[in-house]
Amino acid sequence: MKQIIDKHVVKGEIVEEFLVKKDEFKSKPVTVWDVDNFFSKQVKIILENSGYIDPEKIEEYLEVDGYKALEKALNMTAEEIIDVLSKSGLRGRGGAGFPTALKWKFTRQAQGAPKYIVCNADEGDPGAFMNRNVLEGDPHKVLEGMIIGAYVIGAHHGFIYCRAEYPLAIKRLDIAIKQAREKGFLGKDILGSGFDFDISIMEGAGAFVCGEETALLGSLEGKRGMPNLRPPYPSTKGYKGKPTNINNVETWANVPWILLNGWQKYITMGSEKSKGTKVFALAGKIKRGGNVEVPMGMTIKEILIDIGGGTKSGKPLKAVQMGGPSGGCIPLALFDTPVDYESINATGAIMGSGGMVVMDEDSCMIDIAKFFLDFTVLESCGKCVYCRLGTKRLWEILDRISKGEGKIEDIDKLLDLSPKVKTGSLCGLGQTAPNPVLTTIRYFRAEYEAHINNKKCSAKVCKPLLTYTINDACTGCRACARKCPTDAITGDKKGIHVIDQDKCIQCGACYLACRFEAIDVE
Amino acid sequence: MVIEKKDLDFFKEYTTESSSIIPLLQQIQDKFGYLPSETLGELADYLDVPLSRIYGVATFYSQFNFTPLGKYVVKVCHGTACHVNGAVDIADELIDIFGIKEEETTSDGLITLQSVACLGCCSLAPVVSVNDKVYGNLTRADVRRIAKKIVKDEFE
Repeated sequence: MKQIIDKHVVKGEIVEEFLVKKDEFKSKPVTVWDVDNFFSKQVKIILENSGYIDPEKIEEYLEVDGYKALEKALNMTAEEIIDVLSKSGLRGRGGAGFPTALKWKFTRQAQGAPKYIVCNADEGDPGAFMNRNVLEGDPHKVLEGMIIGAYVIGAHHGFIYCRAEYPLAIKRLDIAIKQAREKGFLGKDILGSGFDFDISIMEGAGAFVCGEETALLGSLEGKRGMPNLRPPYPSTKGYKGKPTNINNVETWANVPWILLNGWQKYITMGSEKSKGTKVFALAGKIKRGGNVEVPMGMTIKEILIDIGGGTKSGKPLKAVQMGGPSGGCIPLALFDTPVDYESINATGAIMGSGGMVVMDEDSCMIDIAKFFLDFTVLESCGKCVYCRLGTKRLWEILDRISKGEGKIEDIDKLLDLSPKVKTGSLCGLGQTAPNPVLTTIRYFRAEYEAHINNKKCSAKVCKPLLTYTINDACTGCRACARKCPTDAITGDKKGIHVIDQDKCIQCGACYLACRFEAIDVE
Repeated sequence: MVIEKKDLDFFKEYTTESSSIIPLLQQIQDKFGYLPSETLGELADYLDVPLSRIYGVATFYSQFNFTPLGKYVVKVCHGTACHVNGAVDIADELIDIFGIKEEETTSDGLITLQSVACLGCCSLAPVVSVNDKVYGNLTRADVRRIAKKIVKDEFE
């Protein structure tokens, strides 16, 4: 410890003996801190430069072959580029996994002008922060991908729709766009090719549903962000009714790498139907959280245990939540599932944009389902009846189960209403909103039954189902009694106190007040 | 607050197309801290759209508020990662300390408590931000220290 402070903190030198692994970055030796397999199991394409280059200096991006893919692309025909992308098997990283080459082709072939492209950086999933990493750490990569896309599609203007909660990302994108203009990568006659293209940033205003493409376009046009019926798809009728190609940040960021290194190299990574890498945001009860980039097809177990190090508490893993409010909880028993679009869909969850929230035994599945429904109830735009009211009814049923007021028929009611919400909703938000409910019932039905029949929450999360009692460790300090809002705790000073269960409202204030571990919770 | 015409000169930096509605609402909120009702009328005139259209957009997005916020805006993150790491307890502690519910402002105009969906720094969960400065890996005791710091900065 002294050595680290004296040498590293004071003198700013690296203490070699504490380094776990030395690494090379683009043939320059750099030192990174690798604990166990945190880095060695990862393969970096999207995050290859993040943390290594100064995102506010275009020179540093140019030094690592930045904008070389663009130079190459401008000497190719649009068809050739689409062909490369098609062979690479790149699929949309926003979650749905639509083939990118096909999307570009549709927009390119669509009638109408001018055409637009949009980068969807409205990363609204609670528990996910992959795009933020790329936007803040390597903004030029996203711009380069967009310029190539615009060239293929024939667009002359692009938008980056970025959520307002990411002010640093917006600042760095702004700097990057200005620098790219100065160097001739954006603006009129890009690199002497005769192709014109420019990008503007639109700051989102805090609506989750704007991650849905038709809602996003509405928002760009200055409307309430409410989704529209598809078809027509944005590729034929998008921004201001013109053909528009929308891709996620990570999808755009994949493009320069594929063009520069070739589709042949790209398809060596990944599984049969899902090629390349994917960035996942590890969070929740994980030991080593943060963004990790792995080849598709790696199993959940490898990501969570080998890279993430298991749980922070050391308690056994229980489940992982993938895909945010649209996704589901995958139980420990299925942790050998490889992460690719098809396999994850088969579990009832979705790949989503890449959030992985880890849960241990202290996480209650009813509480998680209720948490996501709470979110969708708030974020539903209100256009479709099933989404607006159906999600509210689902929430109410979950709420009463979590309070011990549920009936056993409630599980069937959830199972009956959920598919109706899915089919009765126009956009992805409503169509996937019941997923957290369905997957938790599918894999953790016993937990629902325990809440309903035995009025027990084994994770000790649902407060109304808990019983607080005082054990022999009580010193009679009265700290709990003073905090109790209903005066349920009685006892003589310096004697063991008692909680009157009829008066107790299970608020947990006594548990937090006690410094002697004298309060038991069951 | 008295708002004069010249305070709204920045409107002219934007085109009168309806796609300017959201950026202009954001500018108004940046300048005044909230959306004063008279500015919305001016905006409707500038863009030549009905006031109902402006109001419809402004009420749809959670970023916009129609009343002034407190000097310190305390945001409690309720993202998934924060939730499983005890965000509800963190929020309860703040509610207890400030004596207001989430989405309310103290009567002296000092503190606004907000619940937000995700601040996007989930590996630091649970997270609270005070005027956009982020505090992570919090316990109830940390939250009490943050509250004390606000009181200290303000009154000492």
